Amino acid sequence: MAISEDKVAHVAGLAKLAFSKEELQKFTGQMGEIINMVQQLSDVDTTGVEVTTHVTDAVDTMREDKAVKGTDRELLLKNAPDHQDGFIKVPAIIDESEEA
Amino acid sequence: MNFETTIGLEVHIEMKTNSKAFSPAPVQYGSEPNTNTNVVDWAFPGVLPTVNKGALEFGMRAALALNCEITRDIHFDRKNYFYPDNPKAYQITQAQTPIGRHGWLEVEVDGHKKKIGIEEMHVEEDAGKNTHNPDGYSYVDLNRQGTPLIEIVSKPDIASAEEAYAYLVRLRQIIQFTGISDVKMEEGSMRADVNVSVRPIGSDKLGTRTEMKNLNSFEHVRKGAHYESRRQQRVLMAGDKIRQETRRFDEATGETVLMRVKEGASDYRYFPEPDLPPIHISDEWVQEVKNSIPEMPDKRRKRYVDDWGLPEYDANVLTQTKEMSDFFEETVAQGADPKLAGNWLMGDVNAYLNANQIGLLETKLTPEHLATMIKLIQDATISSKIAKKVFKEIITNGSEPKVWVEKKGLVQLSDPAVLQPIIDDVLQNNEKSIEDYKNGKDRAIGFLVGQIMKQTRGKANPKVVNQLLIASLKQL
Repeated sequence: MAISEDKVAHVAGLAKLAFSKEELQKFTGQMGEIINMVQQLSDVDTTGVEVTTHVTDAVDTMREDKAVKGTDRELLLKNAPDHQDGFIKVPAIIDESEEA
Repeated sequence: MNFETTIGLEVHIEMKTNSKAFSPAPVQYGSEPNTNTNVVDWAFPGVLPTVNKGALEFGMRAALALNCEITRDIHFDRKNYFYPDNPKAYQITQAQTPIGRHGWLEVEVDGHKKKIGIEEMHVEEDAGKNTHNPDGYSYVDLNRQGTPLIEIVSKPDIASAEEAYAYLVRLRQIIQFTGISDVKMEEGSMRADVNVSVRPIGSDKLGTRTEMKNLNSFEHVRKGAHYESRRQQRVLMAGDKIRQETRRFDEATGETVLMRVKEGASDYRYFPEPDLPPIHISDEWVQEVKNSIPEMPDKRRKRYVDDWGLPEYDANVLTQTKEMSDFFEETVAQGADPKLAGNWLMGDVNAYLNANQIGLLETKLTPEHLATMIKLIQDATISSKIAKKVFKEIITNGSEPKVWVEKKGLVQLSDPAVLQPIIDDVLQNNEKSIEDYKNGKDRAIGFLVGQIMKQTRGKANPKVVNQLLIASLKQL
């Protein structure tokens, strides 16, 4: 097996997913198979090849720093679960962010 | 046992581009909630980000101003996390190829100069803002989502709370002069994370560090770092261990309080952002950005002293902010004497700004008007006493000084033919003072000058009045 149940449970937790015992077993098996398949890539000799981050030929595609008026708020808020006074309204957030 | 303290600072600065880092929505502080956003900021399915060239350029400016090497081949990375201030569930950042590396800045603490290293600096996006309400709900405003940030990571070179403070002051000054940010702590456009550790002197291994996040006052950084260093020393002296944890600085007590213990490294699952192609930064582009960086404060200081003969102290005060320095140079360019212009800016102008709690550019004062007023004083058109009135008028109402002085009839009286009759009149009505003067009481002259000033409503040229008065008294 290429991956442990603990690891799958950990990754599921990061993605805010909860699995039952049976699901965890099933997915661990499936993910193991996927990883084994991808593992074949390590057979390729990559000596002297630089790390590839992108497979696109597009380089330096940038936008000039010009502002475009924001999209109509009412339109955007139609996709929010709930809103009030122009804000998106969500259940109280406990700060667990590590963010900037 | 003696300890040494090691502090590392991670500073986030919001850059004032026109549009966001990866979407064309406007970057603007203080707008109505969710009005500066678009489908990219909201992460609607199928949307594609694009790199704002201006954000990269601003990042390069900051990197060059902080003596960094520019990374020539860059790409962006995703940092994955769930939090409602960022609907994408990831932040676009530069984990592998930060725009700048190996920089430094110089601080001075207690007369000692020290270079503090900058490990790296990278361009990334800010998140939106959550307001937590006691009604059990949180309210999300995505206006800030996608605002370009530059994060500047210092080397763990900082050895005291005072050095940390000096580093932040210097960093803010340099960034402000590059023109890429207003660096306003109170508006959150500059925020600092502080890492503190201590180790026994002589130990070659850094101690376990604790972290304080998102401090938005230099004073809190200083107090927090100081407290944390002392706390850690106490813990170690008691034979306990430092845990890797996040702590909060409590303003009321000046202490740091445990927020949460970190268990293992955070699991952000970084990977190269597939939606944004890589970027190559050419020599020409670096040169172009180099040329666009305004002159830095240390160079300006030197010029003020060498070319204009200002004292070091004045040169230092006048280069504290870019707006002050620019205003000063423009006033001199308009023909004002540098020393006099500096005195007005450091004295009356600063006093006015402090009294009214506003910035220089929020007043009605212009460099042209200040220069004109200084020239009016120099050529004796107005007295220095009247100048105070003129100053108040031009900084409050923006009047043209020459026009206003003439309209109000404040031109200084220097003509003896006009002044002599007034002096004679005052002498006639103050025989007691003449008596005092003859009895050697020099104070009497002050009183008589005061009376003449009163008669002329402050317009008499004091120098001419003094000469004429003494001559008249001697004849009596």
